[in-house]
Amino acid sequence: MKTHTGDRYAEAFRALRSRGEGAFVPFLVLGDPDLATSARLLDALVLGGADAVELGIPFSDPIADGPTIQAAALRALGAGVRPVDALELVEGFRARHPRVPVGLLVYANLVEHAGRERFYGACAGAGVDSVLVADVPAFEARPFAAAARASGIAPVLIAPPNATSATLDRIAELGGAYTYCVARRGVTGVRDRLELDAGPLFGELERRGAPPPLVGFGISRSEHVREALAAGAAGAICGSAVVERVGRNVGAPERAVAEVRELVQRMKSATS
Amino acid sequence: MRTDGRFGEFGGAFVPEILFPALEELEAAFLEAREDPAFTAELEGLLADYAGRPTPLYRCRNLGGDLVRIYLKREDLLHGGAHKTNQVLGQALLALRMGKRRIIAETGAGQHGVATAMVGALLGLETRIYMGACDVERQRSNVFRMELLGAEVVPVEAGSGTLKAAINEALRDWSESYPDTHYLLGTVAGPHPFPYMVRELQRVIGREARAQILAAEGRLPHQAIACVGGGSNALGLFTDFVLDEAVELVGVEAAGRGLDSGEHGATLQRGRPGVLHGSRTVLLQDDDGQVAESHSISAGLDYPGVGPEHAHLAATGRVRYVGATDDEALAAFRELTRKEGILPAFESSHALAHALRIARDHVSGEPLVLLVNLSGRGDKDLEAARELLGDEQRSAG
Repeated sequence: MKTHTGDRYAEAFRALRSRGEGAFVPFLVLGDPDLATSARLLDALVLGGADAVELGIPFSDPIADGPTIQAAALRALGAGVRPVDALELVEGFRARHPRVPVGLLVYANLVEHAGRERFYGACAGAGVDSVLVADVPAFEARPFAAAARASGIAPVLIAPPNATSATLDRIAELGGAYTYCVARRGVTGVRDRLELDAGPLFGELERRGAPPPLVGFGISRSEHVREALAAGAAGAICGSAVVERVGRNVGAPERAVAEVRELVQRMKSATS
Repeated sequence: MRTDGRFGEFGGAFVPEILFPALEELEAAFLEAREDPAFTAELEGLLADYAGRPTPLYRCRNLGGDLVRIYLKREDLLHGGAHKTNQVLGQALLALRMGKRRIIAETGAGQHGVATAMVGALLGLETRIYMGACDVERQRSNVFRMELLGAEVVPVEAGSGTLKAAINEALRDWSESYPDTHYLLGTVAGPHPFPYMVRELQRVIGREARAQILAAEGRLPHQAIACVGGGSNALGLFTDFVLDEAVELVGVEAAGRGLDSGEHGATLQRGRPGVLHGSRTVLLQDDDGQVAESHSISAGLDYPGVGPEHAHLAATGRVRYVGATDDEALAAFRELTRKEGILPAFESSHALAHALRIARDHVSGEPLVLLVNLSGRGDKDLEAARELLGDEQRSAG
């Protein structure tokens, strides 16, 4: 049975292909720096031309993230943002933008604390399309993926450049929406050079019928987007560079919104 | 991965996918190394000649008495001043075997950092230690020791600047550096294979203590007692007694300012199941699943998580977990110092506090034999003790 959820991504990828474009997917931490500004920033992503959005629920111990995104999570937590507030932001976004695919990035304890069924159910209720649990590798992913699917949510898995074939098999078997391909080792963060060593990975994923590859980690300039697409990715995810613009404009929401929109525009223009 | 690293419903390997190959490599290396007589011989040689094993089992002359015989397993006499050296030697040899040239570690009290810096010096491995900025402040002498030993100490500011933040940072470093770096995790927490591997490398404590107490008393102890932060000295002591059903195993957590004060490190008594630092375990967390900050006078017990095997042993009831407050630990610290001439670490003072409580309450009946793991020495805590006890000390003297 096809779920409505998988459709937003599939539709977006189909439309992009017919236009000969790659996907540009910006990332923000929900509630950063506060709920009101965050809602406007989400709209700025769409106004800038985002093909889908990736949104993080703030967590106290984000071990997969570098200093930029960790600081954003701590800003949101400092502003008293709770997971339920984060999902409300998504709900508002969904009402305003019915067709834009929404992916969530969360940490396992937030899922486990709520209970898997309840957590994915709440995500579905808010209009979320996919969920990536940053500290759940393919090896541990089965119960998470099952609970996600039961609520009509696509479980997104991460493919690192050094993945074993067992890991790739499991990603193809369990993963939905897209495959988050990590361009390099390490945590999230802005880098000068992309150092993409994921090229051969895309072929391996395609051969196994895995969902389309989006490249993330270290995408901060439009040439990184071009490089990722040229290597065979279906699109690029950009996190820290977007979040950085929020971080340096705390207290100046107008400027944050303008800078985020401008960045998304520039990055998106590199996808065709 | 050859095994799933579970202890009942706890454990596992909850790490970003990028780190998974590093864990697989480590698991394979450890399982192979322990079957390799050359590896075992080198480790045992270092444990004996470099670290000073076996450590003595000492029966207190002045604490307890005929009704309560308190035995101390003297891990404080181990080179480096704590049990940490046992497993650090094992992991460092493993790092060499895997061809790594660099080791990184987190540290709370600084004991694990010192032990890691020691073996880094011994084996010529570049060493970096992550330490919460607050712990850097309260454990100055250990910071200086690590630096003297040639390690780089990196203070971590995030959060409350304690062990939790240091582990986050070490995991981030390792996500990028694992091709040439081994993360020498200091306790039985973290993703598989660490909880299993560190326990196996610490088991020597209980193996020796079991034989020693049988020789001394002709019987097993009524209770084996150890403090629990991450839980490595406790599992080191408990593991070889787990099948001895008559031996009550007691883990003593940091009750801080009181179990109901909200300021403690009593994870197993006040926490709920969750996922932190790579394993499903029990942790202190708020109503949303955000990990809470812990509190303890002892940096080594100031951790809102705990090793997954402890979560399992608590769930099955095989180990009983109790608390000792900051004040109780400090009183035990003073008592051992004044009555036995042994200066214990604040961490170990928590275990001792429980033994002293039993001694106080047990005034008649059959004699009790208590085995306490004195996991570390207290030199590192002198400054803090002077601040906490200073006035009292002067007025008493």
